[in-house]
Amino acid sequence: MSRSEGALRKAPTGIRGLDDVTGGGLPVGRPTLVCGGPGSGKTLVALSFLVNGVRHFDEPGVLMTFEENAEDLACDVASLGFDLPELVASGKVIIDYVRIDRSEIEETGEYDLEGLFVRLEQAVRSVGAKRVVLDTIESLFSGLSNENILRAELRRLLRWLKDKELTAVITGERGRDTLTRQGLEEYISDAVILLDHRVHEELSTRRLRIVKYRGSHHGTNEYPFLIDHDGLSVLPVTALGLDHGAPTERVSSGVAPLDAMLGGRGFYRASTVLLSGSAGTGKTSLAASFVNAACARGERCLYFLLEESPQQIIRNMRSIGLDLEQWVGSGLLQMHADRPSRFGLEAHLAGMYRAIEQSSPQAVVVDSITDLMSAGERNSLRAMLVRLIDHLKTQAMTAIFTSLTPGGAELPDSNGGVSSLMDAWVLVSLEQRGLVLHRHIGVLKSRGMPHSNRVYEFTMTEKGIQVPASDAAALGPVES
Amino acid sequence: MPLLSGRLRVEPVAESLEERTPAETDRFVLRLYIAGQTPKCMRAFTNLKRICEEHLADRYRIEIIDLLQNPQLARGDQILAVPTLVRHLPEPVKKIIGDLSNTERVLVGLDLRPDLI
Repeated sequence: MSRSEGALRKAPTGIRGLDDVTGGGLPVGRPTLVCGGPGSGKTLVALSFLVNGVRHFDEPGVLMTFEENAEDLACDVASLGFDLPELVASGKVIIDYVRIDRSEIEETGEYDLEGLFVRLEQAVRSVGAKRVVLDTIESLFSGLSNENILRAELRRLLRWLKDKELTAVITGERGRDTLTRQGLEEYISDAVILLDHRVHEELSTRRLRIVKYRGSHHGTNEYPFLIDHDGLSVLPVTALGLDHGAPTERVSSGVAPLDAMLGGRGFYRASTVLLSGSAGTGKTSLAASFVNAACARGERCLYFLLEESPQQIIRNMRSIGLDLEQWVGSGLLQMHADRPSRFGLEAHLAGMYRAIEQSSPQAVVVDSITDLMSAGERNSLRAMLVRLIDHLKTQAMTAIFTSLTPGGAELPDSNGGVSSLMDAWVLVSLEQRGLVLHRHIGVLKSRGMPHSNRVYEFTMTEKGIQVPASDAAALGPVES
Repeated sequence: MPLLSGRLRVEPVAESLEERTPAETDRFVLRLYIAGQTPKCMRAFTNLKRICEEHLADRYRIEIIDLLQNPQLARGDQILAVPTLVRHLPEPVKKIIGDLSNTERVLVGLDLRPDLI
């Protein structure tokens, strides 16, 4: 519970990211509506809340499901790493499968849903439940015909849940013009979470939005969220903010001339560097030089490859005198190669977060962010890079992002609108003079340090990246 | 003394289902689920008793289950609404929910349309 939010206590869902955007979880002792279209992940959100409650927060739970039977349900969620039967066997979870078959029911005269209350109370009492999931209670409306009775009973049920101080998640199917088909949002006013599953340019993306959270501040954006073998996660994985530190320590770029251009001392540690240029300018070689230098300093390094395989990179970099294989062997260097279009942007970024979390590196390279663009819309790319960069900075990780500038389009801002997020921007380019292609490197910006405003020619040799002797004099000294 | 105990059998009390003889297969085995002696539940019981006497004399057995006293029994018969009348026999199982105030509907629900009796 945060001090600024007074008496409103929160029950953590244990879903990565969701507890960040809700400021700690769902309101304790109150019902939360989770709604969305078919296949949007409502049931999985609800179940994660329930299972995590038992596993991590010592809060037993009741699942009352109106949809599937218990066996199907257990199978579905087992793929996410939940073992429902085990939790049921341990007496921490109880599942009540409510089946309503209209064809075998005749209605005559007055009734109420006391049977439902009795069942719920019995279940809650038998496991000492603190959490309750009702999935999907709207099915009552297709099973029973007296809408007046159903609405009155629904209202009574929600009051009952509050009186019992149960933290409840109630799922609802999205209606055409309303959040839920039966207007459940009229009854559940404490917290409403909307899930959305859409396909854009053949890539599917899931989003989550907190429509309402009474008495609490909350993130209002649409957040991408993912369902994979590790369960659910909502991006951001970490809270947004600009309160990360600003170390003054410097780290070498791995290229002596570039260090010289950066006041002789390289980049700031924990800064984020954009390395852009057209095809064939040597971006990957520069990035690999940085990786090599980081590993040589004994830092753990994470290298995300979106264009080439690790073997290719290792082979190619030998030609400029870099032996990356030794760092892979010693465990300092981890390479992750994936084509982003395979999963979509969200899935890809979530995978990156996870890798970063697992190996907590000091240096990170993404080669290249241009490939990420192919996996999503430009706006969402920027939003996600902001989050990724924030995350890297708070963890004090130095990062290089390479970006491919389309031929001809030399300058701003062909980099997904991300250059303003970067602390430093290094530009490489090719120029044809006579029959020779010359490579050039320049520092377009480098916040918080004096840097050269000159463009230098460079060559890639067996001894690495070098500036011709004629130019070297103009470079300042490099501090070691 | 309460009118209805937790699980009250109302006559004519027959032997258990397993022991019934072929001649008894046309018997009606009915269960009425209630939750306390609310006016709705009492109405349902009165209506049921009357309908059975009129249409099923000597061919029925009524079992009354008060969910307030036996809450664990609600799951087995998939009870949501109260009162609910469950026709266990003859098969198939049928459910009639409500206070049984509409005799026509009850007879339809029990497959006992007046014209067939």
